[in-house]
Amino acid sequence: MLLSIDWILFLEKLILIAIVIFASLGIALYTTFAERKVAAVLQDRPGPNRAGPFGLLQPFADGLKLIMKEEIIPNTSNKVLFILGPFLAMTAALMTSAVIPWSSDVHLFGRVIPLQIADVNIGILYIFAVVSLGVYGIMIGGWASNNKFSLMAALRGASQAISYELAMGLSLIALLMTTGTLQLGEIVKQQIEPGHWWNIVYQPLGFLIFIICAFAECNRTPFDLPEAENELNFGYHQEYSSMKLGFYLFSEYVNMFISSVVMATLYFGGYDVPFLNENLLSPNVAAIIGVIALLVKVVIFIFIFMWVRWTIPRFRYDQLMNLGWKSLVPLALANMLITGAVILWLGK
Amino acid sequence: MNAIQILFWFLSALALVSALMVLLSKNPVHSVLWLVGVFFAISGHYILLNAQFIAIVNLIVYAGAIMVLFLFVIMLMNLNKDTEPQKHIWMKLAGAISAGCFLMILVSLIKQAPELQAKTAMMKDGDIGLIANLGKALFSTYVVPFEISSILFLSAMVGAAVIGKKD
Repeated sequence: MLLSIDWILFLEKLILIAIVIFASLGIALYTTFAERKVAAVLQDRPGPNRAGPFGLLQPFADGLKLIMKEEIIPNTSNKVLFILGPFLAMTAALMTSAVIPWSSDVHLFGRVIPLQIADVNIGILYIFAVVSLGVYGIMIGGWASNNKFSLMAALRGASQAISYELAMGLSLIALLMTTGTLQLGEIVKQQIEPGHWWNIVYQPLGFLIFIICAFAECNRTPFDLPEAENELNFGYHQEYSSMKLGFYLFSEYVNMFISSVVMATLYFGGYDVPFLNENLLSPNVAAIIGVIALLVKVVIFIFIFMWVRWTIPRFRYDQLMNLGWKSLVPLALANMLITGAVILWLGK
Repeated sequence: MNAIQILFWFLSALALVSALMVLLSKNPVHSVLWLVGVFFAISGHYILLNAQFIAIVNLIVYAGAIMVLFLFVIMLMNLNKDTEPQKHIWMKLAGAISAGCFLMILVSLIKQAPELQAKTAMMKDGDIGLIANLGKALFSTYVVPFEISSILFLSAMVGAAVIGKKD
């Protein structure tokens, strides 16, 4: 049986996927460290500083601790689903990275290699689909634990995610009206074009709604109701231990990283460096500078995530629902209408 | 065998196995998850037909929203063997036979439909499923049925809210 597959393309994509996944995990690993350091700075204490220089080996120590802990599977739980839960959470968190343009094309061995796993023409919808699948990890895990607190937390998490997806989708529609495409690569290229500003300039309100919804989708404070300790003991991962718990906690950080990348790509020019004409540089240098620019933007967003977490207290559940349904949804609808009206007016 | 054929056979096998597991698994939560698997496989088929928009909307609406609601309901009802009424074997047999008849009617209808005869599926090069073309068709040629169906959805939603009100 002869297989007629473009093996080089296959290999190229495989390597790219491996790099993206390991980079996401690596960055998420150090985000846990950064979180503790930022918390320490905001609370005026030194933070982790024992493992390695400046405590830089702390994430590895934490990881080792989680792996070495005893693996406990509750007797009454549904074992298959109990194990499937963290796996689903992690998969959904990593899947989004497939459509993100990491930088401009690289020229290597006479081939033009796009630094994007798949430039599908439904990129934004794909992200949206994966976000909506993220609920499964929480729900399955919370239910399979067979614990009242876990189930409550899972239901909270799911209803929170569903409610905020709506406002997020509406804020994205307004963005789509200005870009006219769903292709992420194309959206970034539009923002790079001379004479065109970053999308944040055209969609400030849309971005504000999007970042609030991103906080809610990542279950970050002030919207971390699924793991509100003082109401639910520990939340949907209460019965989990060892690396399965680690996966849940870790997938939150991966989610945070990916949503920062999405925000940078959609609203802040992706891999674009402001006031720099990339065409003057050789393509490979431009690509490397692009990756660095994207990562700098991502680090800033991750810092904002942490800053908010250690500054603002948690909402109450009814406040959360009120904010989602009675403020953000109407605001996003108004934003959509205004954007449409302005586009019509300018088009005339 | 090229990549598309491999994917086609893989996705077909995945869809059939998951669909069978929906019926065969004892735990309703497992059934829901297998059904999500079916939706993924079918979305893969849509992508092979270059209908990317339908593929992703299938995932957002069915896998992401409707199945989550199913999961909600099943989890809160806590179905299991003891509380669920067990059906008699004759009932199951009758159900299987009538479903089989329905399947036969569907297959023969599809085989005899003049619209479908002597047509082959367009792999990779059909473009009506792309979002730009589909959007243009929906908002120009089919705008009236499209808007009417959205009013239908709105009225269903209002109806559900009215029925769900406590007092």
